[in-house]
Amino acid sequence: MIRVELPVHLRRLAQVEGEVRLEVERPATVRSVLDALERRYPVLCGTMRDHVTLRRRPFVRFFACEQDLSHQPPESALPDPVVTGAEPFLIVGAIAGG
Amino acid sequence: MSHVRLLVGTRKGAFVLTSDGKRRRWAVSGPLFAGWEIYHIKGSNVEPNRIYASQSSGWFGQKIQRSSNGGKTWEAVGDKFAYEGKPGTHQWYDGTQHPWEFKRIWHLEPSLTDPDTVYAGAEDAALFRSTDGGLTWGELAGLRNAKGPLWQPGAGGMGLHTILLDPSRPERIFVAISAAGVFRTDDSGSTWQPVNRGLKSPYQLPDPDAEVGHCVHRIAMHPSRPDVLFMQKHWDVLRSDSAGESWHEVSGNLPSDFGFPIDVNANEPDTIYVIPIKSDSEHFPPDAKLRVYRSRTGGNEWEPLTKGLPQSHCYVNVLRDAMAVDSLDPCGLYFGTTGGQVYASADAGDAWNPIVRDFPAVLSVEAQTLP
Repeated sequence: MIRVELPVHLRRLAQVEGEVRLEVERPATVRSVLDALERRYPVLCGTMRDHVTLRRRPFVRFFACEQDLSHQPPESALPDPVVTGAEPFLIVGAIAGG
Repeated sequence: MSHVRLLVGTRKGAFVLTSDGKRRRWAVSGPLFAGWEIYHIKGSNVEPNRIYASQSSGWFGQKIQRSSNGGKTWEAVGDKFAYEGKPGTHQWYDGTQHPWEFKRIWHLEPSLTDPDTVYAGAEDAALFRSTDGGLTWGELAGLRNAKGPLWQPGAGGMGLHTILLDPSRPERIFVAISAAGVFRTDDSGSTWQPVNRGLKSPYQLPDPDAEVGHCVHRIAMHPSRPDVLFMQKHWDVLRSDSAGESWHEVSGNLPSDFGFPIDVNANEPDTIYVIPIKSDSEHFPPDAKLRVYRSRTGGNEWEPLTKGLPQSHCYVNVLRDAMAVDSLDPCGLYFGTTGGQVYASADAGDAWNPIVRDFPAVLSVEAQTLP
């Protein structure tokens, strides 16, 4: 079970409160987590990554275990504590705009 | 008794304002979609409780929301706005060519006859249409064949911001783009032609006969007389009596012919309204006085309307989609400012009152007249 924390705007859009818990096929990667998230909440398609290219939106960042995973290839394996559910996978709206 | 519903889009959400036909007391609800930019929110003429909203964010992209009960509940519908084919390039600020990239939907225009058909104006400029209530969207790509590589972004981006549907000829649509100009289709969107003859943009376009590249801010039409169009250009207020085939200036005695919105009185096709702004480098009213200007002669002769509006220390702007009229008699007028005020007039502009003073910056105002 992977725990995902969404930013407030996406929680409202998906109409969820608190963390989202997802079953994700192994090996768990950024891409497989986003795939599972979009499957459960289709309204989130296009909000974290481009509809067509699947590139991360510029002001969306991915963090886990005090690491910035935003620039890692989407196929990179997630840290073990995220895979086991000990730590959440954080989707964050970048601090931007002044 | 009739009542009026205002749909207000702001930088931080949408609001719904309602009043009876007297238009003196208003109920305010919202914000809807708090924290998101609502560039535009508009209801269907044929089914007023069907409302579409463009919800966007620099972080999380574009969503389209739809309500079927007058804004009480909403559902996110389709937001895949894919340009048809290989979109190519348009002119960039430095004169080079730049790839077409979707950024957001500026304007939603529901069909005059079918609540499930709605048009969407995009940045980078393109026109999309949905015939299933916003679930899926297809581009009317012929528009970009009208000299698209010569279009260029205005300071606010290259947005398709105005969509006018001709009530007497369903196959005719006008759109306006900053900074490309006005375009017309007479075959429901398959082919388009620029209709900008008479527009002068000497500081922007050295060619006095340039067909495209004009920074049109807004165009307006009265439904009873769809061949007559009014335009607020970056500079100049203009009029066409030939469905855009040619334009002539009607700025007349305005204190500034720069501005954004322009609208037509619902009961008097020759009564039009603009809100002059000092200049493109100073986006606030001349002399710090917020004045709506009314012409009862279709242009050239203008009178300031000031009663109830701030006449000192006013430094707000009024954006292109932020003025609307209702269809009561006398006609109600409404506009919202970048300072968060929404002003209303129940007497065709003679006197104004603020409905609210402290909204987020207002991006759009639409009025619905309901039974």
